[in-house]
Amino acid sequence: MSDTNMRSATISVLVENESGVLARVIGLFSGRGYNIDSLTVAPVERDGSKSRITVVTSGTEMVIEQIKAQLGRLVPVYKVADLSKEGPHLARELALIKVVGTGNTRQEALRLADAFRARVIDASTESFIFELTGATDKLDAFLDLMRPLGLAEVSRTGVAAIARGKVAIE
Amino acid sequence: MDGTITTGTGATGTGTTTEMMASGAQALLRALKAQGVDVIFGYPGGAVLPIYDAIFQQNAIRHILVRHEQAAVHAAEGYARSTGRVGVVLVTSGPGATNAVTGLVDALMDSIPLVCLTGQVPTHLIGNDAFQEADTTGITRQATKHNYLVKRSQDLTRVVHEAFHVAKTGRPGPVLIDLPKDILINPAPYSEASTAQHRSYRPRTEPDPARIAEAIALLKRSERPIVYAGGGVINAGPEAAKLLIEFVRLTGFPCTTTLMGLGAYPASDPQFVGMLGMHGTYEANMVMHGADVMLNIGARFDDRVTGRLNAFSPGSKKIHADIDPSSINKSVAVDVAIIGDAAATLRALIAAWKNDAGKQDREAIAKWWQQIDFWRAKDSLRFTQNRERGSIIKPQYAIEQLYKATRGRETFITTEVGQHQMWAAQHFKFDKPNHWMTSGGLGTMGYGLPAAMGVQVAHPDALVIDIAGEASILMNIQEMGTLAQYRLPVKIFILNNKYMGMVRQWQELLHGNRYSESYSEALPDFVKLAESFHAVGLRAEKVEDLDRVIAEMLAVDRPVIADICVDEKENVFPMIPSGAAHNEMLLGPEHKNGGNPGVTDAGLALV
Ligand SMILES: Cc1cc2nc3c(=O)[nH]c(=O)nc-3n(C[C@H](O)[C@H](O)[C@H](O)COP(=O)(O)OP(=O)(O)OC[C@H]3O[C@@H](n4cnc5c(N)ncnc54)[C@H](O)[C@@H]3O)c2cc1C
Ligand SMILES: Cc1ncc(C[n+]2csc(CCOP(=O)(O)OP(=O)(O)O)c2C)c(N)n1
Ligand SMILES: [Mg+2]
Repeated sequence: MSDTNMRSATISVLVENESGVLARVIGLFSGRGYNIDSLTVAPVERDGSKSRITVVTSGTEMVIEQIKAQLGRLVPVYKVADLSKEGPHLARELALIKVVGTGNTRQEALRLADAFRARVIDASTESFIFELTGATDKLDAFLDLMRPLGLAEVSRTGVAAIARGKVAIE
Repeated sequence: MDGTITTGTGATGTGTTTEMMASGAQALLRALKAQGVDVIFGYPGGAVLPIYDAIFQQNAIRHILVRHEQAAVHAAEGYARSTGRVGVVLVTSGPGATNAVTGLVDALMDSIPLVCLTGQVPTHLIGNDAFQEADTTGITRQATKHNYLVKRSQDLTRVVHEAFHVAKTGRPGPVLIDLPKDILINPAPYSEASTAQHRSYRPRTEPDPARIAEAIALLKRSERPIVYAGGGVINAGPEAAKLLIEFVRLTGFPCTTTLMGLGAYPASDPQFVGMLGMHGTYEANMVMHGADVMLNIGARFDDRVTGRLNAFSPGSKKIHADIDPSSINKSVAVDVAIIGDAAATLRALIAAWKNDAGKQDREAIAKWWQQIDFWRAKDSLRFTQNRERGSIIKPQYAIEQLYKATRGRETFITTEVGQHQMWAAQHFKFDKPNHWMTSGGLGTMGYGLPAAMGVQVAHPDALVIDIAGEASILMNIQEMGTLAQYRLPVKIFILNNKYMGMVRQWQELLHGNRYSESYSEALPDFVKLAESFHAVGLRAEKVEDLDRVIAEMLAVDRPVIADICVDEKENVFPMIPSGAAHNEMLLGPEHKNGGNPGVTDAGLALV
């Protein structure tokens, strides 16, 4: 393989919502040694018959094409879309962030949260829980700032992504 | 019967009228019959007793009782590969299912269509570590093309029909259905196979005309072309092999095949340059190395074929036609990718070639053939057999004599894994598809005997021979019992070199002749072993015994083990050592090699 440039890819996979389908996708990644940087899954149809998996992975162009082809041949997969390649897309994740502290650091945490438009969804005299939505790097930046200010616990959803414009992956 | 009910939409689409059956097992058998199943290879146990009871009460489907579940799967593979139909396996839960796993992976690697039915503990016990419970769908998820656990009776027959569809379409492969015992016992509705398209699984079979045009443009202008055909041509059915011959004759190109593709193009044809790859012919590999345009049809650039990737066919424009998009650009980047069935693709290529006004450079092609004939003249498969009485038998000679003795008879060859497999590939000539069954991708020792059993069941009047090694044959030797029970006159032709020869060869080449654990110590007396299994045992010790033993073997209408004592030190040549390039082939002792074998440290790490 001549190309060695790594890129990150955000891939949407529309699947039949049946038992074992997530295990198939994860098994494919682990079995073939591909990276999973983030993975989210939830039903997206009213009758619950289809789920959408968003997986963020990285590799050379050849590996990413291979990942898409491997996903595409799983029997319960309807559609594989490489959002990072097929045009502009939006990617967001949500984090719940617990910060513990008093006095100045507590004030500082609140100020920064405001600047990042993080919402306070729980507070005690010694802690806040912030809710922050945004691109992965925004969340990362916020967490870096919170670390010296008493960051105690984080729960992140992983990335959900969608292409811009009117075209939908059916 | 309780009359008819109508089910809602299943995964295959439209609702169909269904009929209630007294038990899931009966509904299952009805679905199997509707799928045209005439034989099942299996082994009973608690979880599948309802199916065995239903089998007992009918005659349309024959059950072949094997002696080990792994053998049931290989037998179904032999049946499938020799007929082009789906092979069917039935095993019990727990150990029955786990014993089948090797066979499933074997079928997955070699793209063999199978449906494997496994028993499971009743639904309410799943997850309880119940007796003989195993997480079969979990264990086999990566061992199958797809698998199912049937949790509701109303899904049962739909899943069976769908499993057959998935197994045989697209890139074929093994599909497993896990069947909890309560689903088999309770009444279940029977529904016919849906004609609607599957909701998510829709393999592409017709090639894109734009890609065909690009391919033809390259092929027409080529000066040093090669057609590299693989198992996909066999998968696509006998029609594809006919079209391959037509295309190769039309173009005047040389053709090579992989191990899995043997028989897709007639070995006796002058345009055939032999198998390529690690143990392929000198000319096939040199042609591959020197080509300017390569057409890969139904082959997957396996590492046994490519050798060192950055030195593989370095100067060629590559066209790759495959039904599975994931086969394309996996290890070798190609210039033109054609997704489609091999037969459909060849048909399109032939039509486009004829319609294309461009002229071939006949002179360049003629020069290419001169070069090829020069390489051919090396006669890279050459060996020397001393014909004097008392001389030791060369394994290659044994295969050659076997081939000569079987010409004119409808002959199917299966193999075990090792040197004998390679000698069979090199010296037995296959002119038709579906007559050569070998474990290529997984390389499963113990494949050959059960596979031969499956072939013989499908072709009761044909000559079926397992070319075996003395080590491999012991891995499923228990199937001699099955041969006896069903009077299957399979011939087992053991090239007995008293070594795991293939292992010994690598130790000689790569590990300083340290033959660690590769000697076949304490072998059974194969003649007596045959007799104790109600078969005929024969032995050839010296060159003068060989033809007589072969003749006797072929004359008996019973299972035979022919123990052919061959040269213990013989190695398989030519050979491209792991990590080497095609033009760094090792030739046999008959030839002068150009110095160092070219085994690099990186090559040492490869298998
Ligand atoms: C000891 C040992 C030594 C070996 N040495 C060699 C060697 O020297 N040379 C060699 O060639 N092999 C050798 N092999 C075998 C090797 O490991 C591979 O199994 C083999 O090369 C693969 O063959 P293939 O490329 O034809 O692919 P297969 O495994 O037969 O795969 C078929 C390909 O065709 C595609 N396909 C399936 N159906 C269709 C269809 N209907 N239409 C179009 N495409 C389709 C599939 O998607 C797949 O890509 C050896 C094996 C062993 C055990
Ligand atoms: C199940 C399994 N275990 C181990 C191997 C590794 N292996 C490949 S060839 C071989 C030796 C085969 O010996 P034999 O059957 O005598 O054949 P020979 O090479 O001597 O012709 C072994 C151990 C394998 N391919 N399959
Ligand atoms: Mg041996």
